Amino acid sequence: MSVLAADPTYETFVLNMGPQHPATHGALRVKLVMDGEYIVEAEPVLGYIHRMHEKMGENRTYHQYLPNPSRLDYLSAMACTHGHVATVERAAGIAVPERAEYLRVITVELNRVSSHLLWLGAFVLDLGGFTPLLYAMDDREQILDLLERVTGSRLTYCYFRFGGLYNDVDDDFVDGARALVKRIRDKMPMYHNLITKNVILRQRLEGIGPISAEMCRKYGATGPVARGSGIPYDVRKHEPYSVYPEFDFDVPVYEQGDSMARYLVRMDEIEQSLRIVEQGLDKLPEGPVMAEKVPKIIKPPKGDYYCAVEAARGSFGIRLVSDGTNTPYRLKLRSPCFSNVSLFGEAARGLLLADAVALFGSLDLVIPDIDR
Amino acid sequence: MKAADVQKSLAAVAGVQVGAVDYAARGFHVDVTLPSQEITAVVQVLDQEGFFIESITGVDWLGEQEALAKEAAKQAAAAKKAAEKAAAEAAEQAAGEAPGDAGAVAAPAAEPPPAPAPEESPEPEEDSFEVVYDFNHFRELCRVTIRVRVPRSLPELPSISDIYPGANWHEREAHDFFGLVFTGHPDLSPLLLPEDADFHPLRKDYKP
Repeated sequence: MSVLAADPTYETFVLNMGPQHPATHGALRVKLVMDGEYIVEAEPVLGYIHRMHEKMGENRTYHQYLPNPSRLDYLSAMACTHGHVATVERAAGIAVPERAEYLRVITVELNRVSSHLLWLGAFVLDLGGFTPLLYAMDDREQILDLLERVTGSRLTYCYFRFGGLYNDVDDDFVDGARALVKRIRDKMPMYHNLITKNVILRQRLEGIGPISAEMCRKYGATGPVARGSGIPYDVRKHEPYSVYPEFDFDVPVYEQGDSMARYLVRMDEIEQSLRIVEQGLDKLPEGPVMAEKVPKIIKPPKGDYYCAVEAARGSFGIRLVSDGTNTPYRLKLRSPCFSNVSLFGEAARGLLLADAVALFGSLDLVIPDIDR
Repeated sequence: MKAADVQKSLAAVAGVQVGAVDYAARGFHVDVTLPSQEITAVVQVLDQEGFFIESITGVDWLGEQEALAKEAAKQAAAAKKAAEKAAAEAAEQAAGEAPGDAGAVAAPAAEPPPAPAPEESPEPEEDSFEVVYDFNHFRELCRVTIRVRVPRSLPELPSISDIYPGANWHEREAHDFFGLVFTGHPDLSPLLLPEDADFHPLRKDYKP
């Protein structure tokens, strides 16, 4: 508690934002100490939907844990499951066929676009603009339909297996993905005209909720939050995994560090993801989607392993400690939103309450990913 | 490149063991083991080098010392057996080489060897928690893993939340799950668990 807030003659009041609040998009509570309309202290209170996924990791075999990671960040579930299978594959030394890696990249990037589209709609909704949500949901629905065809689920995918994929895609998927890339690419100028150029939106975002590069470093913020503060950190480029080195794409970086910068990073990332999907469809090799020799019971050698992937909200990492048996000894989930929200208290200090909502939305938080 | 620099500057801190790791197989570059009182000094070095904090977590090594003692006893028994066998073979060989002295040599060998006094197996050392800190660098690819061991009966170590404010929540989470006590931490109240939680679910002896 700051000196001001502790002073009994200084008039402040406590305002609870959440746990049931439309702008938190989930059960997150922020305890705000207010001086009129200005925030003196902001303290996120977590744990409302904590499910102890890490303990579940310790009492299930590697295969039994496959559905869990997609319940963390359910909006970019594909990337979470990618992180999980990549960690176990690294630990157990399982090679993945090239076609499977390409399809992983394609589905992860489609999922990233759908995640960013939902964020776009919800973010503008928080700021009082209702119309963009309807457009964004429409486009997102097309992606979900396409992914549902191959994975069987709309959000909580369990498509990746150790050593490959659950099943191969058909020509309809490839055609559908091509049509989708064109559709969303054609829509982007409309989004920019409707939202980015909107003067009300610009005034709500420009210069609001600045986050410095140093703050990102001290709090471990990654993903679009870090890239909006001038840090060109993207796990796909920085620490290439899967077949990402074979794709030509850029990492959008903005220096300003305000909410507008984070907005622009995500808007640019949609185009970059579409580029990756397009190249992936062009280069998609023939062949099996599952490695031939994957042991039925996976027992990685003793030791600990780390693997990170770029999820839609930042670096999602798993630290796996194996004791040589068929269940992990310890499975630590490093979720991007946990680190990203931890800087909210510092970034929101001194902001207007309405601007804190803009800052909050620009962090793009998914609560199950924070609480795990 | 960065990994080598960091290894050098970390090795300068007293009591720190630094090792390079095969990145392709394990996923990180530098593995650092150190006593708990050195953690702030090491983290300050990483802060100066511009690292960012990925996470802090724990691993409960309950039963590790017992397993180690068992393993050691097993190895000792095997070594003893091998030595006895070698001695017997040597004696046999000696007997074969010198038939004249056969009686003299054979006589002591026939005697059953005195049973070794049942050694008091030393009390196994106390099990410990491993606290794992992960750091990474925004500009150059270099993941640093720091390991600190603290005894299970007194799981205390200094907090680094004044160096990296982001460590605040990670330490609170580690306190929730393992009961680790970070001295100097401003507020160790439960973060993810219910606010009245007095249990630590990731301890291996936790029974719900």
